[in-house]
Amino acid sequence: MTLLLIYIALLATIWALTAWLSTRIRSRDGMAARKTVTFGDESAIRPSRVASVASVAVVFLIWAAFTGSSWTFIHAPADWQMRPIWLPPPENVWFRLLDIAANGYRNFTLWEHLSISIWRVFTGFFFGALIGIPLGFAMGLNSFLRGWFDPIVEFMRPVPPLALIPLVIIWYGIDEKAKIILLFLAALWIMAIAARSGVAGVKLSKVHAAYSLGASKWQLLRHVIMPNALPDIFTGARVAMGVCWGTVVAAELVAAEKGAGFTIMVASRFMQTDIVLMGIILIGVIGYSIDVAMRMLERWLVPWKGRG
Amino acid sequence: MADLKIEAVSMTFSLPNGSTIEALKDISLEIAQGELVSVLGPSGCGKTTLLNILAGFLAPTGGQIRLGKTEVTGPDRARGMVFQQGALFEWMSVAKNVGFGPRMAGRPRAEIDARVEGLLQSVGLQGFGDKAVYELSGGMQQRVALARCLANDPDVILMDEPLGALDALTREKMQGLVLKLWKETGKTIVLITHSVEEALLLGERLIVMAPRPGRIHAEYRLPFAARGVGEDLRMVKRLPEFGERRDEILSMIWEMEEEIMGKAEAPV
Repeated sequence: MTLLLIYIALLATIWALTAWLSTRIRSRDGMAARKTVTFGDESAIRPSRVASVASVAVVFLIWAAFTGSSWTFIHAPADWQMRPIWLPPPENVWFRLLDIAANGYRNFTLWEHLSISIWRVFTGFFFGALIGIPLGFAMGLNSFLRGWFDPIVEFMRPVPPLALIPLVIIWYGIDEKAKIILLFLAALWIMAIAARSGVAGVKLSKVHAAYSLGASKWQLLRHVIMPNALPDIFTGARVAMGVCWGTVVAAELVAAEKGAGFTIMVASRFMQTDIVLMGIILIGVIGYSIDVAMRMLERWLVPWKGRG
Repeated sequence: MADLKIEAVSMTFSLPNGSTIEALKDISLEIAQGELVSVLGPSGCGKTTLLNILAGFLAPTGGQIRLGKTEVTGPDRARGMVFQQGALFEWMSVAKNVGFGPRMAGRPRAEIDARVEGLLQSVGLQGFGDKAVYELSGGMQQRVALARCLANDPDVILMDEPLGALDALTREKMQGLVLKLWKETGKTIVLITHSVEEALLLGERLIVMAPRPGRIHAEYRLPFAARGVGEDLRMVKRLPEFGERRDEILSMIWEMEEEIMGKAEAPV
């Protein structure tokens, strides 16, 4: 409770400070700066860089101040300090990262732990897309197949992949294959639905235009329907990647001998809170990087997105 | 070479509740090679349905369409179509869009390139071949659509409100372009519009359709399109007979609209 109040107080202070500063130095110009109505005009709202930097700094500051960190001069009173077993200071996590990066953890190097998780995600996603995209196309192009697969896809979609873990363990044990199959199932329905809506989203006038220009069915599929569905497929791929990343970590919490999720699970059993924190931060950074990479890929491959 | 014959075409839709709608009833029309025909009518008169049947996207419930000796049974390259907007392929460059038809037909690359170049020139888009279509304004996009249609060298060009989404100034320029292309290529053009002025300017023949059931209400032969080819379109619009025709047709459509409203409001 006290922590929340401190956080809000810091937020308010910095906000007031930046607001005051920006009235002093109004050097910015251009349309946005001349707008008199900004409250309610979404296009006039830009995330303030200063606020983003300050936000991260405040989180670290509070973390450091309450854990007796040697990285800060500000310290919370002694009886408010956290014990390292609950929350170690940031430098412990940092040095633990350097340590594990150099010496590894539980028979495997840090890179092996992370890369196996990433590899699982990409393999599972790859097969999910490989089956899911053609499945979605079939559902988008044929009434019988739409009717046949609709109940299956619509039923499987809301089932969280985590709920499948017990069944997958019963069927396939805890080896690599089991995890790939789980991730395959996590990606499959998302990709199928994305491809289906990509096909459904093609404007009838484009289809008509292609036919009256002499295109065959196959040419229509290749030159109109497929490129038209690409933006939707990319959106689906981004969602599927996110879900797969979440699922792999959870699956590794349950059963694995290496991986990002395995690392934090084992560390928590031995109360190595610094390793747990390190793992969570790395998992977050990797998940975010995957999303950024997908977005860059999307901008490069489907520059026409949203411009129809 | 190939006249377009509409022979007693009817189109009756069944609604889920069991009732039927006669979108078109017994339409017969002969359009000679090279004619420029505009079709006008209040909304719901079936003019778009008629165009879709001409293109081959819909099979009529009665009657048939013939182009020359062949019966129309589905869409094909003999009848090109220009849509209102959004029918360009935004994943292709302007040149790729224009060359789409010949490319699908497997024409040699050099031939396609030359054809695309020539067409971009005649629609006033030389130098725009490498641009993405979404970088162009609405008027320029419609120029691309016209060029894409012509690239296939169809016998008939069907236009479904091709200028409907453009602003007034661009629209006027494009009307001039349509006339110019008509004159240059000698194609048969069937143009659907809800603008009386456009129908008068871009129709040697003007067909006015009436709703419920969709049918041909009146037909005119007009001198304006032929004059518009050489003259400034604004001069044509200022002619006294242009104004008379416009008023006549406007009040005709007004009457139809009022009749519909009356029908709709009358207690059953």
